[in-house]
Amino acid sequence: MTVPFVSKPKPTTTTAPNWVQPVLLLAPAGLWLLLLLVVPTLLIFELSLVPNINPGGIVNPSGLDNYLRIFQPIALQVIARSLFLAIGTTVLTLALGFPVAYWLALIAPKRWQNLLLLGFVLPLWTSSLLRSYAWITILRPTGVLNTVLSSIGLPTLDLLNRPAAVVIGMTYSLLPYMVLILYASLEKLDRRLLEASADLGATPQQTFWRVTVPQTLPGIAAGMLLVFINGLGDFINPELLGGTSSMTAARLIYNQFLGATQNWGFGSALSMVLIMLVSLAIALLIKYGDNHAKSI
Amino acid sequence: MQSQSKPSQSKPSQAKFSWQAGFTAGMFGFMYLPILVLGFYSFNEAPNSAAWTGFTFSWYVKFFQDGRILSALTDSLTVSLSAVAIAAVMGTLMAIGLARYQFLGKGLYQGVAYLPLIIPDIAIAVATLVFLAAIALPLSLWTVIAAHVVFCLSYIALSVSTRLVDINPHLEEAALDLGATPLQALVTVLLPQLMPAIVSGCLLAFVLSMDDFLISKFTAGGGVATLPMEIFSRIRVSVKPDINALSVFLMVTSGLIAIVAELMRHRSEKKRFQ
Repeated sequence: MTVPFVSKPKPTTTTAPNWVQPVLLLAPAGLWLLLLLVVPTLLIFELSLVPNINPGGIVNPSGLDNYLRIFQPIALQVIARSLFLAIGTTVLTLALGFPVAYWLALIAPKRWQNLLLLGFVLPLWTSSLLRSYAWITILRPTGVLNTVLSSIGLPTLDLLNRPAAVVIGMTYSLLPYMVLILYASLEKLDRRLLEASADLGATPQQTFWRVTVPQTLPGIAAGMLLVFINGLGDFINPELLGGTSSMTAARLIYNQFLGATQNWGFGSALSMVLIMLVSLAIALLIKYGDNHAKSI
Repeated sequence: MQSQSKPSQSKPSQAKFSWQAGFTAGMFGFMYLPILVLGFYSFNEAPNSAAWTGFTFSWYVKFFQDGRILSALTDSLTVSLSAVAIAAVMGTLMAIGLARYQFLGKGLYQGVAYLPLIIPDIAIAVATLVFLAAIALPLSLWTVIAAHVVFCLSYIALSVSTRLVDINPHLEEAALDLGATPLQALVTVLLPQLMPAIVSGCLLAFVLSMDDFLISKFTAGGGVATLPMEIFSRIRVSVKPDINALSVFLMVTSGLIAIVAELMRHRSEKKRFQ
């Protein structure tokens, strides 16, 4: 952070009191965030304590019924599935992203690195709905994948509307983030350590597992956290690619507000659980990150 | 693809093609496959076939003549441009304020300011809807804009505060000592230095706002449909080639914005080292 540079009072007649400038700078955004983020979050917390509320109903917080409902098998299964899909996506993006980031940061010609990285993350800037939609075109029973498979004599795959399609879609959406973070981490890697390791007789595998991976562990953890959070809260990929078999927490919340089964209290409770899971993941990273820092 | 490229130059003796290079090339293919597929089908004559039946521009003509798509595009642009404009002013001021002052509750303020970067969109969307219902504000285009400002603010402030770390505070102090008013110092000294970061933050916020489905869906009134909302309602029904054409159009546009943003960031980084 910058050294705070508080402007000294000047001997001019127009000098405003000390508090005017900070207020002018910080109040507009602060008020906006208070009104449209802090108060709404507190409101859904209040609403989550109201059982069976519908739009227009009287808010009367009376207990933990909505949270207890989450622990019933049906809702619990949805949350477990969300976690499973998010974890699967996280592992897959790490496995696919690491070699890419490694090649881009350590092997690719220096002057092409930035351009190649930009090229890799460019699809991130396109509409996430349309990217997901493109996977429908590829994965549907008469889609591109099966046309190619059957033309070379392989059995067709029925992937659309299954959890596998959701993981493919989410992995596709989140891989660029993983590569960006791993690249930043690998690029800072001290190459002399790799050379030293090789000189001391380590095999490339030993160098990778004993030097490269430990050195880039903070980047790996940050990338995994980012992918996990986004995967857990993703609505579009499960909705478009998952069909009825892949009800996730985000979809269930959506249905409580805009779907057929309107129950704002239960939806709010689910939202609070989602926020808590994300906070838990961040807290784990911070704890883990600190331990890592201490171990160096 | 660009990546099946040049063998490693760092170790000329080791001429063999590393497996990572091949793998990366494959992943480039993975990243561009959906885009190429959409592009391919946007020119395909048959409306609902995986096979190529002939070249046509008619899907592009069709979506440019589609009144609902065009009105959705207008709504989207109105929302994103307004939200980014408001957020640019507030976000920049906020980043400057946070860099400059120490105050009680600063950590809390900062935490809240960057909360939209981590909380899932669905939770923000739900919370905003509940809030708007609680104060009985009728949903409209304005409520969508107000909700979009929240996350645009975070991205712009993040971009600006990263740049602020590298700016020499003495320049602004010098301006103040030489008799500039705080406003003059801000506008003539600090803002020009921040401009590349503000622009690149705004571009990112603009793209994210144009892309947003959930928050718009939860905060839009009856007559409002942003482009993602319109696309969502169509692709739920069936796969249609005019959506392919629209995708290609949007992807090319946002690709260009991405390249401009990258150049901006690059320029601001260069400036840093001058």
